[in-house]
Amino acid sequence: MKTVDLAIGIGGAAGQGIATPGDILARIFVRRGLHVNAYNAYQSIIRGGHIFLTLRTSDAPVLSHGDRLDVLMPLNQDTMNRHLRLMGAGSTVLFNSDTIKPADAAAGVQLCPFSVKQLAPGLRGDLVQNTIALAAILRLIKVEFEILEEILTLQFKRKGAAAVAENVGVARAGYDYAETHFRPFPFSLPDTGKPLAFFEGNQALAMGGAAAGVRFYCAYPMSPSSGVLHWMARHGRQLGIMVRQVEDEIGVINMAIGAAHTGCRAMCATSGGGFALMSEALGSAAMMEIPVVCINVQRAGPATGVPTKTEQGDLWQVLGAGQGDYPRIIVAPTNITDCFKIVPRLFNLVDRFQCPGIILSDLLLSEGRSSADPAEFDFNVPIERGEVIGLNGDGPPANGYKRYLITDSGVSPRALPGTPGYAHVVATDEHDEDGVLISDEFTDPHKRQAIHEKRMRKMDGLLPLLETPALHGPDDAQVTLLGWGSTEGVIWEAMQQLADAGITANNLQIKWLVPLHGEEIVSILSRCAKVLIVENNYSGQFARYLRSETGFAADGHIRKYDGEPFMPHHIVDGVRAILAGSTKLYVPVHEIQV
Amino acid sequence: MAIIEREATRRGQTAVAERPKVTVRDLKGKVDPDWCPGCGDFGVLAALKQAIAELSLQPYEVLTVSGIGCSSNLPGYLSTYGMHTLHGRAIAVATGAQLANHHLKVVVTGGDGDGYGIGGNHFVHAMRRNVDLTYVVMNNQVYGLTTGQLSPTSIKGMTTKSTPFGSVENPINPIPLAITSGATYVARGFTGQQKHLVELIKGGLQHKGFALIDTFSPCVTYNHDNTHEFFKQRTRKLDEMGHDPTNFHAALEKGFAWGDEIPIGLFWKREDLPALDELEPVLADGPLAHRSLGVGPDAARALLKELM
Ligand SMILES: Cc1ncc(C[n+]2csc(CCOP(=O)(O)OP(=O)(O)O)c2C)c(N)n1
Ligand code: SF4
Ligand SMILES: [Mg+2]
Repeated sequence: MKTVDLAIGIGGAAGQGIATPGDILARIFVRRGLHVNAYNAYQSIIRGGHIFLTLRTSDAPVLSHGDRLDVLMPLNQDTMNRHLRLMGAGSTVLFNSDTIKPADAAAGVQLCPFSVKQLAPGLRGDLVQNTIALAAILRLIKVEFEILEEILTLQFKRKGAAAVAENVGVARAGYDYAETHFRPFPFSLPDTGKPLAFFEGNQALAMGGAAAGVRFYCAYPMSPSSGVLHWMARHGRQLGIMVRQVEDEIGVINMAIGAAHTGCRAMCATSGGGFALMSEALGSAAMMEIPVVCINVQRAGPATGVPTKTEQGDLWQVLGAGQGDYPRIIVAPTNITDCFKIVPRLFNLVDRFQCPGIILSDLLLSEGRSSADPAEFDFNVPIERGEVIGLNGDGPPANGYKRYLITDSGVSPRALPGTPGYAHVVATDEHDEDGVLISDEFTDPHKRQAIHEKRMRKMDGLLPLLETPALHGPDDAQVTLLGWGSTEGVIWEAMQQLADAGITANNLQIKWLVPLHGEEIVSILSRCAKVLIVENNYSGQFARYLRSETGFAADGHIRKYDGEPFMPHHIVDGVRAILAGSTKLYVPVHEIQV
Repeated sequence: MAIIEREATRRGQTAVAERPKVTVRDLKGKVDPDWCPGCGDFGVLAALKQAIAELSLQPYEVLTVSGIGCSSNLPGYLSTYGMHTLHGRAIAVATGAQLANHHLKVVVTGGDGDGYGIGGNHFVHAMRRNVDLTYVVMNNQVYGLTTGQLSPTSIKGMTTKSTPFGSVENPINPIPLAITSGATYVARGFTGQQKHLVELIKGGLQHKGFALIDTFSPCVTYNHDNTHEFFKQRTRKLDEMGHDPTNFHAALEKGFAWGDEIPIGLFWKREDLPALDELEPVLADGPLAHRSLGVGPDAARALLKELM
């Protein structure tokens, strides 16, 4: 049973140093084996604006950043103004009373003013305020001061003993002040004795790439995908991964394809705008039959859109990327562990089927941070390279090597450039089994049909290898919440809240989008009483996709497209509204301007 | 010979004399070209085969990458490994391939539209990075495959299907562009000067770094301005003009020359700059394509520890 469920909000302007107290708190929590989920609402601005970090911890898994805050730490007046009205009974607000004034708070909210001038005379600046507030929070949740002292010592060691002493002193003042002036929370923070790791989805995706044996990674910076590039750039040399920043996303995907063709595993990541530039080349990878993996971390579109906000708005872009029909795999990981595991899995599949693979993440998953059990991050993954011939010096068959040999599986053995005896040309023009163009001089409709069918047959082989989706929660629930990708956690939490309110709900979360287990999905859904589709976009992109693939039409829809992710109560409210018959499409209003 | 040997040791490959002999016939592709009779591209194909044969580059060690266009069909007519990629993307694909397996000799072939138009961004950046590629552009100053529209190198005033009243735009001049962008071997050939062209391509293949061999390769069907005859009358070899290819300013000046006298030959070359693959510590253990995959247990533990 969970004994603690604590959500802390830290807000201020960009540049005020919100990340540091957030990181310190998260580290303290995960070292005690507590679960953490963090979501940072921010804007495309380097200084100013409003940044709000929600950090939630519990001794039970934390599925989302939740609905409410227990602690508010406003670093400026603006944050106080925006968030105080949402603080409820039992919550605590810590602020520097020298510069920040509270408006009226709801009954039962503990206002905890402290004066930086008084607690740290002669010292100034946001960082002092942050350290005092951080120390005070730790006191209220009864974390021993020594833990903070150790972290601060480590952090300021480089700046010398005086800096360490000053910061530890400031923290001590805040800690002691809280002890005598503020009411602590009625629990103390447990320690499960099993420390967890804490990171963002982009890091998990990058590490998944490393585990898969990616040797070539390239990208053009674009939020919210740049975290993958940054991780790769930092670790590439040590891991033997070449990392390149390319001139544009067209160059990115083509470079990755070139690298992949030589036999190394190549990966790239971008967001919707960059992905749009990659379309043609993705088709070319399928046409030349070169395995490559591309990650699209979605942000709110269209066009430049809202660069720092989340959305699941690229489904149809990805489905439709590139002209013509071609084999490919599209997968949307559902949580941070999945981000890691999906990459080696996808590489094995694209190597086997010699086609592009696309991972559809989004800002929530990629930049959101979660705790995870380090044991889940097993780098010792199976690696299957598919049919590559000629590597051990074997010569080609007597009747010659055909790169695009027509086979039942649609997969033709691949030979890598540099292999004696297997020289061939791969082409983005339609070609015959030999790689010879059939599109220029004269077009042979029979050859075209045969080779096109050969490529597309790969999809038949792929589907049975992908696990079918399964219901999570009670089979006989009143409501089935159907989602895809990153919304799994928040849907599960909404289910718990619904159960508390006497409404039974279950969840069917779709991860493998192409190829789609349409028949199984429909067979599951046809046994469900009421199916509501939850997605983070305007038009119900998944609902339309499911209908186009299967003819299945859901009973209702819960959608959000304001840039912010779902909070559990948004889904709960949607379920109630739809069950009450007041609407078939529920769009929550996000309560706060962030 | 000295250059070849130096080149060979830098590459860790055997010197030319020790390589198995390769003949022009060995280099014949699976099909014959379907270019219009008289197309300049035949000359480029012949010169490229001759250059590869003279250097005894083994067909399986060469990867010829092209984009889309009449000229870009070239890899299909050659027995090396080949990639016939998208329009404008050959340089990007070739860069990835070269970096992933720097033991391959990566040649890029294509047209003026492909390389200087739609592929212009990749072209400039590959040069600034000094990627080890040999890039032969069949510059016919027109879009051949799409039946005769303006290209970025079409001369001002040229009438084409897309400029029926004459083009008002200035053409791009690839030679100064390449020199100032950082290419380390910049040459211009003419299909009417086969031997000369073979030498230029050989020089490019032996050069460690980005080599451009812009080649006048007249389109007999769609370009009636810049014809074989036009270039025959005007081209003059730089070495006969006393040009010093290590002189940057002279190279630029010659590169801009156009008129009754159009220089061909080696404009610019420098050998003191490392190619991109030589700057990459990750490649110290050999080509990426040959490495085993995965992360060892110690490295994995260290990665996770960072996050705890
Ligand atoms: C993205 C894209 N845009 C346009 C085309 C059509 N296209 C094919 S070749 C070509 C121009 C070819 O000109 P160039 O590169 O000079 O080659 P040439 O045929 O003259 O040898 C064009 C515009 C294409 N294949 N792909
Ligand atoms: S159209 Fe021009 S470039 Fe194309 S093959 Fe014919 S002559 Fe050559
Ligand atoms: Mg042309």
